[in-house]
Amino acid sequence: MADHLVTGSEEALSGPGRATGPGLHARVRVPGRLDAEVTAAAGSVVAVIGPNGAGKSTLLGALAGTTAMAGEVEVGGRSWTAPPLAVRHRRVGLVFQDQSLFPHLSALENVAFGLRARGRARTPARARAQEWLDRLGVGELAARRPRQLSGGQAQRVAIARALATEPELLLLDEPFSGLDVGVATALRIELARHLADFAGVALLVTHHALDALTLADEVLVLDGGRVAQTGTPRDVAAHPLTDHVARLVGLNVVADAETNRSFPPSAVTVSLRAPEGSARNRWRASVLSVVPHGDAVRLLARTDGAQELIADVTPEAAVELGLDPGREVWLTVKETSVRTYPRTASMRP
Amino acid sequence: MSSTTPRRTRTSRRLAATAAAVALVLPLAACGDDADGSSDTGGGAGDGAGDTTITVLAAASLTETFTTLAEQFEADHEGVEVELAFDSSATLAGQAVEGAPADVLATADSRTMDTAADVLAADPQVFATNTLVMAVPAGNPADLSGFEDVADGDATYVVCVDTAPCGAIWAAIAAEEGVTSQPASLEVDVKAVLAKVTGDEADAGFVYETDAVAAGDQVETFEVPGAEDQVTDYPIAQLDQAGDPELAQEFVDLVLSEAGQQVLADAGFGQP
Amino acid sequence: MTPPPDAGATTLSGSHLGRPPLVLVVPGAVAAALLVVPLVTLVLDTPWGDFLDQLGSAPVLAALRITALTSAVTVLACLVLGTPLAWLLARVDFAGRSVLRAAVAVPLVLPPVVAGVALVTALGRNGVVGSLLRETTGLTVPFTTTAVVIAHTFVAMPFYVLSVEGALRTAGERYDVVAATLGATRWHAFRRVTLPLAMPGVVAGAVLAWARSLGEFGATITFAGNFPGTTQTMPSLIYTQLQADPAVARTLSMILLLVSVGVLAGLRNRWLTTS
Repeated sequence: MADHLVTGSEEALSGPGRATGPGLHARVRVPGRLDAEVTAAAGSVVAVIGPNGAGKSTLLGALAGTTAMAGEVEVGGRSWTAPPLAVRHRRVGLVFQDQSLFPHLSALENVAFGLRARGRARTPARARAQEWLDRLGVGELAARRPRQLSGGQAQRVAIARALATEPELLLLDEPFSGLDVGVATALRIELARHLADFAGVALLVTHHALDALTLADEVLVLDGGRVAQTGTPRDVAAHPLTDHVARLVGLNVVADAETNRSFPPSAVTVSLRAPEGSARNRWRASVLSVVPHGDAVRLLARTDGAQELIADVTPEAAVELGLDPGREVWLTVKETSVRTYPRTASMRP
Repeated sequence: MSSTTPRRTRTSRRLAATAAAVALVLPLAACGDDADGSSDTGGGAGDGAGDTTITVLAAASLTETFTTLAEQFEADHEGVEVELAFDSSATLAGQAVEGAPADVLATADSRTMDTAADVLAADPQVFATNTLVMAVPAGNPADLSGFEDVADGDATYVVCVDTAPCGAIWAAIAAEEGVTSQPASLEVDVKAVLAKVTGDEADAGFVYETDAVAAGDQVETFEVPGAEDQVTDYPIAQLDQAGDPELAQEFVDLVLSEAGQQVLADAGFGQP
Repeated sequence: MTPPPDAGATTLSGSHLGRPPLVLVVPGAVAAALLVVPLVTLVLDTPWGDFLDQLGSAPVLAALRITALTSAVTVLACLVLGTPLAWLLARVDFAGRSVLRAAVAVPLVLPPVVAGVALVTALGRNGVVGSLLRETTGLTVPFTTTAVVIAHTFVAMPFYVLSVEGALRTAGERYDVVAATLGATRWHAFRRVTLPLAMPGVVAGAVLAWARSLGEFGATITFAGNFPGTTQTMPSLIYTQLQADPAVARTLSMILLLVSVGVLAGLRNRWLTTS
C-alpha cells in the first residue's frame, strides 16, 4: 500500500515534493507553553504522552501551522518554517478527539474534501474517497451525515479523511478518547494496520499506555512544556522518569539523588504496623483511594514525603486491614523487586 | 396629571406629532378631563409661569408667523401661554376631529378645514392667502430662465404630492398651463420640496411664496403663470373643545387684526 | 404515580414545575395584546369592499412592483456585499475591527429620516461621492429606483450583517482550521464549509433585511423621493394616501401586510423548516 500512496501523490499533487528525506525534525518554541525538540524517522509512529497542560496539543498545532511558534519544522527534508508555509501547503493530516467532521457534508464528501481542495476533479475524488472509506471499514456509510454516525464510525471517517490527502505528517490528537472501550480497542487494531502502511511520520497524542505500547515506535514524554523523556515504548514503560508515565504504566517510581527506583504495585506489602526493614524501602502513608483492579484491589496512598504510591492487595486483605480512604498504613517493598536506573532524559542506548 | 388639566399639559405638542399617537392616548386624556371636572381656567393656578394655556394647531407653513404671533399674544395676556402644534393641514384636521385637546385650528386650505367642520365652534375665517412660486437654488445652478424651462424642458424639479394642498395647486396649474414634463419626485409636503431645492438636489421646486421668503437667500424665485388664479386660502377657527373660548377668540382676533396681518405680510402672505 | 417513562417525558416539565407566575404571565399578555390588537383592528377597519379595486389600481400596482423589485434587489445586495463584510468582521483580525463593527450597527438606531439625510450628504448631487459621480459620469443618484435600493440597503444591511456575523461566530473557526489542514484555500473553505454552516444565519438575516426593506419609508422618501413607477414604494404611497383618504391608506396597509405575510409563510414552508 505504501507504493500505492506514492503513486497517488504523484498523479494528484503538484505541490511540494514528497518526504524522501529523514522524516521529521522540529524545534518548537511557543512562549509560556512549549519548548521541545522532536525527531522522528519517516514511517515511524511517535506517541506523545504527558499530563494535561504539558503542551501536547500545542505541539500538534505548531507542527500543523495553526499555532504561532518560533523555531523550525522540517519534514521530508523540506523546511515548513523558513520561509513559513501556510497551513494548507503543509502536507498534514489532523484527527481530533471529537472528529471535527464537517456536519453539513456526507462521510464521502468529508473524505473527498481534501482531494477536491487540492484540485482533483469531482468524480475521481469521490472514487478515491470511497476507497478510503472501504479501507477503514465504513464504505457502506458513505452517504451518511456525521450526526448519523456513531463515535467509532465517525472517527474512522475522520481517519480516512486525514489519510486520503496522503500527508507527510499525520497528527492524531487523542483519537480514541470518548469512545466505548470495545469500540476503541477495535479502532486501535485498525489504526495499527494503517499506521504500519503509512509512509510519513505519525504523531499520536494519547492518555493510554496501551496506545503507546501497541501503536508507537517511539514515545515522547512532555511535562510542563518540556521533553521529559524519549525512547522506545518498552524503555519508557520500564524506566519511567515522570510520575505521569509511571502511573500510566502502573509502576511506582521513587527518585533518589541520582537514580530512579521503580517497582510494580504487586510487589508492595501493606501493613498497619511499622514493619522491619530498610527505611529506603518502607513508607508511612495515608490511603487516598481503593478501587478494584482485575482480581485484586488497587490502593493509592500518599506517603509522608508527599509521594503517591500504588499497591495491589487481595480483596480479603483489604477488608481485613480496613483500607478505607484516610486510613494510615505502612507500605513496604522488597529490594529484589526494585529496578534502579539513572535519572536522565533519554533512555536510548 | 394632577395639577393641571391634561389637555393643557406640555405633552400636547408631542401628542400632535402623529395622528396615531393621538388616537392611542386620547382615551386617557378624555378620562383626565372628567376627573378634573370643570376647573379649566383655574387648574394651573399654582403654575407660576403661565396660569392658562391655549393650544393652537397650525399648518406647517405658518410656523414662523404663528410663533411670532403667539409671543405677541403672551405679551398682551399676562399669565397665558400659547402652545403651538405645527403639522400638515390634513394631519391637524384629523387630530381635531378625533378630539385632540386644542383651542384653535388654522389650516393651509379650505378643503382640509371643511373636513373638520364637525368640531368647529364658529365659521372659519380666511386670514391669509398664499401663492405658488418657482424656487431655484441660490445662484440658479441649472441656469433656468423661467417657468417654461421647467414646463417643457428636462430640468429636475420637485413638487408636492397632489394629496397635499400645495400639490393640488400644482396639479391645477400644470393642467392649465399644459405642462408636458414630469417632476422627479412628489414630495409629501412643501418643506420637503424646499429642502430638495435648498440642498440643490433639484434644479427647481414649486413652493409657497412664504416658504421662499422664509428660505431667504438660499433660494431665488420665479413667478408661476396662472398662480394668481390658484391662490390658497388660510382659514382659522376655534374648536368646540376649546377650554377657554374667549381666549381662543382673542387669538383669532389677533391673527385677523392689523398687527397680525402685518406679521403675515412680512412673511410673504397675501391679504385675503 | 410513576408516569410511564416515555409518555411522561414530554408532559412532566410543564405540569410538575408549578403554575407560570403571574409576574410573568401578566406582562407577557400585555405585550401580546399590544402586538396583536392593532393588527386585528386594522383588519376589522379595512374597507374590504374596496380591496380588490384598490389592489388592481394603477398606482398600487406600480408601488407594489417597485416595492417587490427594490426589496428583492436589497436582499441580493445584502447577500453579495453583506456576507463578505460579515466574514471579515467575524474572521479577520484587522485594525479598527471593533470600530467598524460598531459603525455597521449604527443604522439600526438611526432615525430613518436621518439615514436619508446622511445618504444625501454622501450620494446627493452635491454629496461628497455624488458630486464626484456627477462630474465624471454625469449620473445622479437621487430620484431613481437605484436610490431607493441604496436607501433600503443602508437600513437593512446591519440586520443582515449582524445576523450572519453571529452565525459565523457560533459556527466557530475550528472547521476553517480543519479545512486548511486539508489543503483548502480560504476562499474554498468559505464556499464549501463556512458559508454552508452559517446558512441559518444567512436565511434569517435575509428575511430580516427583506422585512426591513419592505417597510422602509423615511430614508427612501428623504433620499430617493416619491414618484409613481420609479421611487414610490408601498409605504410612500400609504403615507401620501393618509393625507388624502385614511380609508384608502388602511386598505393599502392591508395589501402590504397580506403580501408580506404571504411571502413569509411561503419562505417558511420552502426554506426555513428545511434548514
